[in-house]
Amino acid sequence: MTASLVIFFVLALLAIFAAVSLILQRHPIHSALSLIVVMVALAGLYLLMGAEFVAAVQIIVYGGAIMVLFVFVIMLLNAEEEERTNFSKLATYAGIPLALAIAGFIAAAIARSSGSLPAPEPSGALTSTKTLSNLLFSDFVYPFELTSFLILVAILGAIVLAQREN
Amino acid sequence: MVPTSYYLILSAILFGLGIVAFVFKRNIITIFMAIELMLNAVNLAFVAFSQSWGKTDGEVFVLFVIVVAAAEAAVGLGIIILTARNRRSLNVERVDLLKL
Repeated sequence: MTASLVIFFVLALLAIFAAVSLILQRHPIHSALSLIVVMVALAGLYLLMGAEFVAAVQIIVYGGAIMVLFVFVIMLLNAEEEERTNFSKLATYAGIPLALAIAGFIAAAIARSSGSLPAPEPSGALTSTKTLSNLLFSDFVYPFELTSFLILVAILGAIVLAQREN
Repeated sequence: MVPTSYYLILSAILFGLGIVAFVFKRNIITIFMAIELMLNAVNLAFVAFSQSWGKTDGEVFVLFVIVVAAAEAAVGLGIIILTARNRRSLNVERVDLLKL
């Protein structure tokens, strides 16, 4: 049992417990805080895999910007605990078989293909941000420009939605 | 080193939990958070494959997924605020008609 395996299991269990807590919590603000724990645990896993830039972006953009937006909206709308209705029972009866079927499907696919996966790079070296940015601005420059356009459209959409019509 | 399949299994578990949350939760904001959880699970698989093949392409995809998630959160939360203002409820069962 090497140190990296121990770190992996600690972070993986943390992520799974937080994700289960997201489902079990009744109040949306508690679910949001659980989701932040999942994201921080995943950032730790990215560092373990040597993806340092992605780990930093995960913390700053996901844990910082997006989740602050969620918490802000929850507080702005003064969200209360969710109520139980008849439809909740229907979701339980239909949802549990659906979730089990999808989990089994993915597990079967992983089990079938795990033999053909190449062994991970033994060095565990950090991916340098320079390599990442070179790739982003050479091979992926067209999708990169498209995403900037997407962000622009999202900004315009958010402004139009937030506007009160007079 | 941690085998790649461990990361894939963790990713599958998180994605499954995201689906469960999406189906079971009744609050529209929590359902939106379940989508973010599924996107995170996919990101984990991308980085695991990227490390497994020793190529950086997977990490670039993760950056694109994060950008799309940010845009989606901005527009989606704007729609949620509008719906909550009009219907006075965050329960998805009370938002089952397109027209008021």
